[in-house]
This record gives sequence, C-alpha cells and structure tokens, in this order.
Amino acid sequence: MIAWVIYVTFTGAVVLLFLPRVFSRWIALLTTVAGFAIGLTALFRDDVDLAHFTTIVRVPWVPMLGMNYHLAVDGISVTMVLVTGIAAVSTVLFSWDVDHRPNEFFFWLLLVVGGSYGVFLSADLFLLFVFYELVIFPKYFLIAIWGSTNKEYGAMKLTLYSFFGGALVFIGILVVYVTAGSLDLNQLAQFQFPPQLQSWAFPVLFLGFAVLAGIWPLHTWAPTGHVAAPTAGSMLLAGIVMKLGAYGGLRVAMNLFPQGFQIWSKWIAVLAVIGIVYAAAVALRQRDLKFVIGYSSVSHMGFVLLGLATANVLGVSGAVLQMFSHGVIAALLFAVAGRMIYRRTHTRDLDELSILGLSRALPFAAFAFVIASAASMGIPGFSGFAAEITILLGAWKSFPVAVWITGAGMVLVAAFTLRALKKSFFGDSQSADSFATEPITFAEKCGAGLVMFATLAIGLYPKLLLDRIVPAVEAMRFLK
Amino acid sequence: MSYLDLLKLASPEAIIALTALVVLAIGLAGGRAPVAAAVSAAGPNRTAGDTPDTTAAASHLCSFFAALGLAFAVGAVLMLPQHATLFGGMLVITPLTSLFKIICIALAFFTVLLASGNDSLRNHGEYLAIILLATIGLMLLVGSEELLMIFIGLELTGLSLYIITAFDKTDIRSAEAGLKYFLFGSTASAFTLFGISFIYGMSGTTSLAAIGQKLTATSAQPVLAVGIIMTLIGFAFKIAAAPFHLWAPDTYQGAPVPSAAFIASGSKVASFVVLGKIVLVGFGPVHGSAAWHAMIAGWSPVLAVLAALSIVVGNLVALAQTNVRRLLAYSAVAHAGYTLLGLVAGGRDGFSATLFYTTVYAFTLVGAFGVVALVRRETGSDDLQNFAGLSSLSPLLAGCMSIFMLSLAGMPPLAGFFGKFYLFSAALRADANHGLLWLVALALLGSLISLYYYLIVLKVIFMDEKAQPEILPARRRLGEGGSLLQQISLSVLAAIVLFLGIIPGPLVARIIAALP
Repeated sequence: MIAWVIYVTFTGAVVLLFLPRVFSRWIALLTTVAGFAIGLTALFRDDVDLAHFTTIVRVPWVPMLGMNYHLAVDGISVTMVLVTGIAAVSTVLFSWDVDHRPNEFFFWLLLVVGGSYGVFLSADLFLLFVFYELVIFPKYFLIAIWGSTNKEYGAMKLTLYSFFGGALVFIGILVVYVTAGSLDLNQLAQFQFPPQLQSWAFPVLFLGFAVLAGIWPLHTWAPTGHVAAPTAGSMLLAGIVMKLGAYGGLRVAMNLFPQGFQIWSKWIAVLAVIGIVYAAAVALRQRDLKFVIGYSSVSHMGFVLLGLATANVLGVSGAVLQMFSHGVIAALLFAVAGRMIYRRTHTRDLDELSILGLSRALPFAAFAFVIASAASMGIPGFSGFAAEITILLGAWKSFPVAVWITGAGMVLVAAFTLRALKKSFFGDSQSADSFATEPITFAEKCGAGLVMFATLAIGLYPKLLLDRIVPAVEAMRFLK
Repeated sequence: MSYLDLLKLASPEAIIALTALVVLAIGLAGGRAPVAAAVSAAGPNRTAGDTPDTTAAASHLCSFFAALGLAFAVGAVLMLPQHATLFGGMLVITPLTSLFKIICIALAFFTVLLASGNDSLRNHGEYLAIILLATIGLMLLVGSEELLMIFIGLELTGLSLYIITAFDKTDIRSAEAGLKYFLFGSTASAFTLFGISFIYGMSGTTSLAAIGQKLTATSAQPVLAVGIIMTLIGFAFKIAAAPFHLWAPDTYQGAPVPSAAFIASGSKVASFVVLGKIVLVGFGPVHGSAAWHAMIAGWSPVLAVLAALSIVVGNLVALAQTNVRRLLAYSAVAHAGYTLLGLVAGGRDGFSATLFYTTVYAFTLVGAFGVVALVRRETGSDDLQNFAGLSSLSPLLAGCMSIFMLSLAGMPPLAGFFGKFYLFSAALRADANHGLLWLVALALLGSLISLYYYLIVLKVIFMDEKAQPEILPARRRLGEGGSLLQQISLSVLAAIVLFLGIIPGPLVARIIAALP
C-alpha cells in the first residue's frame, strides 16, 4: 500500500508534462495530497510490522547481478514518508504563484519528492542509490531556473556537493556489494564485514551521506543553495533532501558497519557539535533572512547527527524525531521568508525589513513565523523541544561534554532566532502607516496551517511517532 | 564447405556490400554535383548540372535503400547459426559476434537516418555507400578472432572513415579533420601491424586462441612486451584513449556530423569488442595486475595507465570547451577511460561490463550528435551558444538532449548510470583486496567533474533564452521541427537510453550468455 506513494508521485510528474499549464498546480497538489494521505494511513495501519524493516514489494530486477526492486517499511521509514508528504503538500501550496513554466517546475518538484519517497522505502542498496541520485539533478533545474540571488552559482555548488557525496556513497556501496555479494539491506544487516574494512569503509559511506545532511565542514552548499533556491526549492531542500543524508547514514552506514561506527562515533559527535555551535554563531551575524534560516538548518541537522552518534535508543530515536520536526519547521520558516515576505517586499535584508513594520501588514505571516521560531528554538509544546530533549538525554549517556557545549549552542539558536524574528516582523517602524501589500492568500494559509498543525501535534503528543520509531531503532544492529 | 554455405554464413556482410553497390548506382544515376562548381559556390543550393529535384529524390532513395539493406542484414544475422567458423577460423560466428554485429548495424542505421537530413552533403549515394563499407569493416572486426583478419577489418573501417570525415568539400575544417584523422590513424595502424608481427614471431600463429595457449608457456619477455604495447597503441588510438586522443577533438568537430557520430559510436564499439578479445583471449596469460601497491607486469597495468590518463585529461580539458562537438570529443576520451576499467579488471564480468557500457555509450552519443546535427543545420554552427533557449523552441530536442547528457554524466535512471555501476563493481570485484579502488575512485572523481560540463550544456539549453539576433529566425525554424524522421529517430534513441537504464536486465543477460 505505502509503495504507492512512489508510483503516484512519478505518475503525477509524467502526467504534468503532457497537460496544459492551467492544470499543473492542481495535478501537483492532487499528487502530493495523495502521497501524504497514503503515508498517513500507513502510520495508523497495524497490518504491517513497523518494528522491523518489513518487505512490501520484492521483484527481481537484474537477477544476474543480484538487484531486486525491493521496498520495505519500518517505523523510521514511515515517519520519513510522512514528513515528506507534509513538506511536499505545503511546498506545492506555497508555489501556487509560480507562473514561469509551471509544468516543468512541478515536474522537477515531483521528481524530488518521488525520489525521496523511494530512498525512504528502498530495501535494496542499488535501488536506494538510484533514488538518491535521482533527487540530485532536479534540484539543479529548480534552483537555476526559478531561483533568485546568485542562482546559477548556488545551484551548481549544491549539485556538485551532492554529487561528491554521492560519489563517496557509490564507493561505499560498491565495497559492500563486492564484499558481501548482496545488495539486500536485510541480508547485509546480518553479514559480518571484516573489522579492518569497516574501519575505512564506514567513514567513506557515512561522510558521503552526511554531505547531504549538511555536516560541518561540508555544509557550505546548504546556506548558498537555500538562498539561491526558490521558496519551494528551499522548502524541499531543508524539509526533505537534507533528511535523505541523515537517513542514509542511519539505514546504510551505521546499520551495515557497526564496528566502524563504534570507532568513528565520537568524531561524528565532535563534527555535529561544532556544526550546531558554529552554524548558530554564523546565523547570528547574517543580514539576509534566508541565510539565517539556512544556517539554522545546518545547526538543527547537527542535532540529528549528534543523536545518531550517541548510538543508543534514546539518541537515535530523538534524531529521527528531529528529522521529522526540522522537516516541518524548516519548511515553514522558508515559506514565511521566501513566499510571504520576499515575494511581497522583494527584500530579505533584515535591516530593510525592520523598518517596514511587517507585523501589522502581514499579521498571519507574523503569527506563522512566531510559531516556527518557537518550535525552532525548542520551546516546550512544539516538536523541536520533544526531539531535541530526547537527543540530549541520549547524548548525556554517551557524550556528557557534548551536552554542555550543545546547551550553549542552544542559547545561540535562541538568540539568532529571536534576532531574526524581531528584525523581520517587530522592527521599530516609526511611521504609523504600515507597509501596504497584498494579503496572505488562502493557499498560503492552508500550507502554513498544515505544517503548524504537524509541529504542534507532535510537540504535544510525540508518542504518536516515538511508538513507531523506537521499536524500529531497537531492531538495528549497532545497538546490540 | 561449399561456396553456398560460405555465402550463407557471410550473408549479412554480403547483403550490406550489395546494398552499398546499389546505393552507389542510384547516386550516380541521380547525378553528381560537380565539385568545382560547388566549392566555388557560396551555399549548397547552387548546384549546377542536374536540377536539385532529381538530386534530392535520388538522395532520398539512397537513404531508403541503405536503411532497407541494413534492416535486411539484421534479419540475416538473426538467421545465422549459433556457432560456425569460416575460412578455417578467419571469421567465426558466436552469439557474441552476432549480438555485436546487430548493434553495429543498428548504429549504422541511425547514422544513415541522421545523414538523410543533411543537405550539406553532396553526392549522398557515395557517402552512404562508404558508411555501409565501414559497417562491413566493423562487422569483420567484431567477427574475427584472428590477428590478420582483425587488421584487415581495422583498415577497411579506417579507410572508409577517413573518407567520410573529409567528405564535406565546402568546409575546410572537414578537410583538416580528415587529414589529421588519416595521419594519426595510419601511424597507429603501423604500430599495430608492427606489434602483431612481434606477436606472430613469438607464437608462430595468428589465431587468438592459439596465441593464448602459446603464451602460457613463455614467460614475459621484452620482445613480447614490445609486441603487446605496440598492438595496444593502435587500439588506444581507435578508442581515443589519452595520450593517443589528439585526433579526436578536431575530427569530431570538423567532420560532417553523421560521420563524427559514426566514428564516435560504431567504430568505438567494434574496437572495444576486438580489444577485449585480443587482451583477454590472446594475451590472457600475461594479464598482470594493476592493483595498488601490487602491480604485476602485463597488459593490464598498461591499460590502467591509459584509463587513468584518459579520465583525467578528457574531463579536465572538456571543462574548457565552448563547442559542443569538441566537448563531446573530450568527454569521449574520458568515457574511453571508464570503459577500459572493465578490461583492466578482466574476466567475464569485466568484459561484459565493458561491452554493456560501450554499447550504451554508442547509442547515447549517436543521439547527442543527432541533436547537434539538427541545431547545426538550422543555426549554422554547433557552438554552445547556438543551443541557447532550445527548450522553449523545441521541447522534444531539449528533452532528448537532456536524457543523453544526463546518461553520459551517469545519472539514474538512465543507462549510463547502470553501466557505470556495473563497470565499477566489476573493477572492484576483480581483485580480492579492492586493489583497483584507486582507479574506481579516480573514475568517480572524473564523473563528478564531468557533471559540471554536462550541466553547463543543459543550463544553456534550458535557461539562456537570449541569443544573438542574427540566428533568431533560424532558431524559430528549429522550433517548427526539422524533419519528422529525425525527430522520431532521436526519440527512439532517447527511449533506448531510458529503457536500458530502467530495465538493463535483458541486454546484460544476453551479453553474459554470449561470452564463452
């Protein structure tokens, strides 16, 4: 059933190419809503065992080389499919105003979404890599054609970084394949790789994935790419694509090379903590609102990597929850910055925004941004809090020092978030007559409402996802 | 064996030879354009002598008969028995040779379709006849396991290709390309012949299988090393591996587009098939090893060095190109490097990976040259800027070109991606200790670099809408469609590339089954 998210999305993408442009956004909306609905029903159905990576489809593909079209699902996958669905629907809603070549735009967009669904559900390494790479080049077109500031540079940088990570992953996958002679993730999870091999293959594979997750110091594509991308591009990048890297690191690198992971986990934690603090500090000094959010994404993804590095149930489950949480929060932040503010004011400069008095002109945007900022800072009641506290509890067991430093980092996160919030919406505008502009559209309200609901729902009731994530994490090999 | 049996076994080649004669005759009957008049004339329209109508009709008829003959030849190949030998082992028929004969014929078929819309080629009949002769050369190459016959095939292919490279007599670059190709090619042939004579002297036979058995007894000797290296140099030239690639950029850029397409595809496929047979069957015992820190003398380190050089040189120089055909030429050098990886790895696995990759590459490149040909015909040049805004003028051409480019860059779900995966996994598996990892890592780094220049081409196609005003009207014509035939054949090629990426199984299975 859940496999249909992939088919529906790709079918939608192909159909888009052949229909007149007036239908494009509706087709895209229909497709993404269908994907979201399928993901949501999969979350509540109990006929599939979500505690283990359960096969749902398995068809021989290239039997001579041991490749199968093999999809499987567990609690982690279903969480990621769900956040992809939410981010995709709100992305389409926030792209409602795309008039320039809309068919192509939504085609590339759906390719990214479909490829991401594919990665989250693949149980065959080759298939996973096909979907993983399939996500890369549509981003180039999305950014280079529909982007803004320095778009060609940003698009190329992002694509080459992603492809570089992909090349490292490629090497890792080839090594796994020729050593174990199989590509089936469930079989490989039983295979004992020689420790000597694990010690060098793990960092190659993990680093390859982590490039996409924005690990410090290979994160620089993220801020540039986010800034250059159109609103939809930033939302997809932060909401979905960065999660692909973290998911791959967890599902493939850590699960296949547990001993290699043991050797390197402290270094991952070091990089993650540097990323959290460094990106937050940089964000504090940015003038461009999108750069602030771009660096905040790097900082939040640092939490995910820290959670993964803890190698205990709490930390890793928290990391998965943080992927969900950051997916919806970052989507909302970019939507407000890119669509609600930039499209109307044509500036993202915080100093220029501060004199516009936007909170009166766009009260809904201000409301959404306050919610997103609160969630981003980790205020209790929002998903960010639930995720980050779980990660820190897990980290306390493994790396107590990291928790102290991260705590300092969280202060920085709060500082730059509040600074951006104050400057963008609650600046000291002297003039009584506020900036006049078109009001927030219904589509935007729907999109923002969906992600706000998601972050609140999970913030208040994280058990909904944790009940599915924790058993799946417990089944992973590196914990034993 | 009676002559009738011989004719049966050689029927595909015979059919094509006959077709070549028929096409030549039709071309002659349709009237030749006088060379002097055409060279002095500014444009191709001012042909003196026969009226343009009869010439055009004759050239269409030529294309039709050439295509028909090739189609019949495919049928004849399908009728061949599974295994047979001709002329006491001079030519063999195995599933492998039959498969690659079909592939060579298919490539020639697409080249003929590509050439059919090319107005700048006068004397269409002659042009097609020579392409058909080159195809016979390719089939001989593919179908022989005997050094002399291989040399004859190389020469027949080579001579035909030199001529069609220099065929556009109105373009000085075409003449330059032909001359360069000829000089480099004949030197390389001399090397090969020299090498072959050494091999013959060492082993006393020209049959590959027999050479393989003889070499087992002899240890590596300087004479043998000279023979092997000389032979390999000739093939390195054919496949345009660095540092023997210098002819490629000028030839790809200067030759008429269909000729360049055929040189880049058909000639390359056949050369890889033969090179693989020579090194794996003939030189099998002196394989050596190219593993890191564990190199053993033999031909595989030589090929590894060629591969590494080609990947580095091809990709780095391609970065600086502004002409699409030149860019494709340098990328061809890089792709020759990737393809060599499979041969370096050796074994059935490596060879089948090489064959799969080179086949996919050939179809991709014919397609890419097809797009270039259409753009060149309408805008007069194939510089990168002439592709600006192609996507809004002809979405079909832009879509096909992006499939070809992304496949060359190795993006899933296109055939180039699967080919690379297969090739690199074969290379890694060849050595127990991942000894070829250095070469695989280098190749991946090369693909990373190549993505940049392929994306630049696509960027120009999809994004740069402003072109110079003087070529605007021409670009509008391009939007209206070129000839339907060529658009269909390009779509078919794009579909092949997509299909082989999503469902590579059948071709892989066929190649593996065909290998002994």
